[in-house]
Amino acid sequence: MSQHIEKASKVLFEPSGLKHADLASILSDIVAHHGVDNADLYFQDTRYESWSLEDGIVRDGTYGIDRGVGVRALSGEKTGFAYSDDISLSALVDAASTVKAIARQGEQGKIQLPFKSKKISALYQPIDPLSSMQENEKIELLEAVDAEARRQDARVTQVFVSLAASKDVIMVAASDGVLAGDIRPMVRMSVSVVVEQKGLREQGSSGGGGRVAYGYFLDQDRALNYAREAVRQALLKLEAIDAPAGNMTVVLGAGWPGVLLHEAIGHGLEGDFNRKGSSAFSGRMGEKVASDLCTVVDNGTLEDRRGSLSIDDEGTPAQNTTLIENGILKNYMQDKMNARLMGMSPTGNGRRESYAHLPLPRMTNTYMLAGKQSQEEIISTVKNGLFAVNFGGGQVDITSGKFVFSASEAYLIENGKVTVPVKGATLVGNGPDVLTRVSMVGNDLKLDDGVGTCGKEGQSVPVGVGQPTLKIDEITVGGTST
Amino acid sequence: MSEAIDKDANEYSSIIETVISEAKKMGATASEVSLGIETGLSVSARMGEVETLEYNHDKGLGITVYKGGHKGSASTSDFALNAVRDSVKAACRIAEYTAEDNCAGLADKELMAWNYPDLNLSHPWDIDSNSAVDLALECEDAGRHFDKRITNSEGASVSSHGGLHVYGNSHGFIGSYPTTRHSVSCSMIGQDGDVMQRDYWYSVSRDANRLQAAKAIGEESARRTLARLNGRRIATNKYPVIFSADVASSLIGHFIAAIKGGSLYRKTSFLLDAIDTQIFPEWFNACEDPHLKMGLGSAPYDSEGVVTSSREFVKEGVLKSYILSSYSARRLGLVTTGNAGGLHNLMVKTGDKSLTELIKTMHKGLLVTELMGQGVNGITGDYSRGAAGFWIDHGEIQYPVEEITIAGNLKTMFSTMLEIGNDVDERKNIKTGSILLDEMTVAGE
Repeated sequence: MSQHIEKASKVLFEPSGLKHADLASILSDIVAHHGVDNADLYFQDTRYESWSLEDGIVRDGTYGIDRGVGVRALSGEKTGFAYSDDISLSALVDAASTVKAIARQGEQGKIQLPFKSKKISALYQPIDPLSSMQENEKIELLEAVDAEARRQDARVTQVFVSLAASKDVIMVAASDGVLAGDIRPMVRMSVSVVVEQKGLREQGSSGGGGRVAYGYFLDQDRALNYAREAVRQALLKLEAIDAPAGNMTVVLGAGWPGVLLHEAIGHGLEGDFNRKGSSAFSGRMGEKVASDLCTVVDNGTLEDRRGSLSIDDEGTPAQNTTLIENGILKNYMQDKMNARLMGMSPTGNGRRESYAHLPLPRMTNTYMLAGKQSQEEIISTVKNGLFAVNFGGGQVDITSGKFVFSASEAYLIENGKVTVPVKGATLVGNGPDVLTRVSMVGNDLKLDDGVGTCGKEGQSVPVGVGQPTLKIDEITVGGTST
Repeated sequence: MSEAIDKDANEYSSIIETVISEAKKMGATASEVSLGIETGLSVSARMGEVETLEYNHDKGLGITVYKGGHKGSASTSDFALNAVRDSVKAACRIAEYTAEDNCAGLADKELMAWNYPDLNLSHPWDIDSNSAVDLALECEDAGRHFDKRITNSEGASVSSHGGLHVYGNSHGFIGSYPTTRHSVSCSMIGQDGDVMQRDYWYSVSRDANRLQAAKAIGEESARRTLARLNGRRIATNKYPVIFSADVASSLIGHFIAAIKGGSLYRKTSFLLDAIDTQIFPEWFNACEDPHLKMGLGSAPYDSEGVVTSSREFVKEGVLKSYILSSYSARRLGLVTTGNAGGLHNLMVKTGDKSLTELIKTMHKGLLVTELMGQGVNGITGDYSRGAAGFWIDHGEIQYPVEEITIAGNLKTMFSTMLEIGNDVDERKNIKTGSILLDEMTVAGE
């Protein structure tokens, strides 16, 4: 990891001649202000590109650079924050003088020097994915995906493909002595198709990615498989009937349907909401919040995954945190500030969209551990219900616990068998309640393909979700067919 | 803040001129640049104490170059000459790899807003962080002390932002105008029995003098939160539905998305070939008013420098115009409507009933005040979203409703609108009153 600090320092500090000693003096200056307990500096240099294909040709490409530093002063529950897109000593001095105004009285904080850099095992390679493939190869890859989608079926009328990569170099210096750096690659591909049959049109989409090089999309024919999957989903919708409306047993497929855990449970277990008492899970530590079959973790330590982080944006190493164990609420996800205020330990969940945003407790890869039954066994126990295999987005009100999410691929279950596809099924429920109704958990744990982005307080961060097949005894399905 | 912007406008224009001449040197046949700077202050207060104090300062530059029909783009937050030059180079390099697209390019020169009006969009707020904190505290206190069932708070926030937008292209067009945006918002948590509820209220304006009073915002957030306590579910069935004005704008928003050029040439809209056809009832009219003075959605020209003008999109229920940029217009063989970058103040013509009167007219059904999730299929118009609101019977609110979904198809929902109230939500870019619909499927108990 010290190697990362060297590399990151070169990218972030060399242009302006900033030194580690300057970081120490800025932090010392902030915490010397009466009432400031802690302070940190977050430096970031992001390079990104994207390419998009439409109507069989690559029509657009873009490249961008964003650099800057965020300066934060903490005083109890109060936060002062400023940022600059100029990484220089004068910009740091200016920002430091504004943020410390958050505190007006009290003890001076203490700075722990010299900086200590823990040895941390990197979960991904410090590569530059943008240069991991030649430009003409990127174009060929996009064209190959387009051709593959069109080859699947004559009813495919439109194909949209996008390919994007970013390289994020970050460094955190904090008054508690933490000095940490990270080099974070990310690639992402999305495929979306339109199919048409007798004047009816439908859309299907697929994609994936992770903290890897572009070559990932060539391995195991991943890119071509996204094309096939997008077409399969679109064609299926052409055949789908209206979803039923009302309460029924729902079997959720493995993988991406784990977005339910993310929405219904995950957000409610973030430290800030629980410190403020605004979550439906507030004050329920140690209580039963799910059936015995449910064990849910937030694991930032999986190699190369989209939601993983070697260190979080406060320099805390990623962890595998058990949130719910056999139905009992065990832990919240914490950043440093909320952990300190709640007398708990940070869990490596302090994340921010960029230097221009404040860190918040956020999820990494959130999933339920596998159970014992096969998917067939689970479905065979349902007389009448819904089998939901894929989802669009979801949303939760963490205070009332109410959540909603939309199935993009779902089927009726009739007499223990999966029958016809249905469209427009929206599931609505109550977070603290839904996992108590889980009556079967599959042996087929699967994580998503690397497509998740989570929004909170206007900030987007990449995340992962996953789960085995689950049977939920009763949940409200909102369709049009009554 | 405003002084800095005035001083900088010329400097930024010269950066744009540099970019355009650099692009030409590197072989671009056309180029365009948009530059934005924004500074601001946001404060929040919670439980009677200041919680965060944030100073924002953002800037960015986006460059698009064309080499014939080949397009490339780049962006940077660094305005130093060598960084800008590197970005031009990056955009030109991308244009070497993108395919030729006959529709790509700048908007036509004669469409540029060579003379554009001052729309009175900039009203800097001379507020320091202490005064902003005091205002947030006043707002939050008003919410928390409104009723003893308000047990917790997510806080109140006050923010003030000002910025300058500069756009130029190789037609020789260069324009700039400053804008400001100020807001006060508050979110309260209430409890009665086991279950907590939260709701919020906010005010936003170009001019801080036009913001609703902080105390009133705090009280309204508390009132809305209390109204949600002890919500119930209703039986699955078909019912008449009213979308309250603040959620009705999202319903009209789905119509807007469906008549945007991008959705049309991609054939991802449920309203293909709908021009001159009846989409809404005959009493329905909607037009765009981009030059509304102080308007939150106002713009003297669009993001391609094309002059904006008022336009009827729906007349007597019939679709009269799509929403086009120069690119989507070329793809469709039409002319741009000056909507590159989006719509500027859509005014839906209202009826003369208040929401209370609209509720009386419905007599029995569901009043929707919150929508959740993304269950809208833009290609088919299928609609199924989570909702919360109130059960109406005998023309009056009976009790709060939650944990339900409402479903239908947008085409049917549009054509079976019964009435629009006069309670326009002025905070939105799409300005509409509450909308009464004939019938939707509600899934509950």
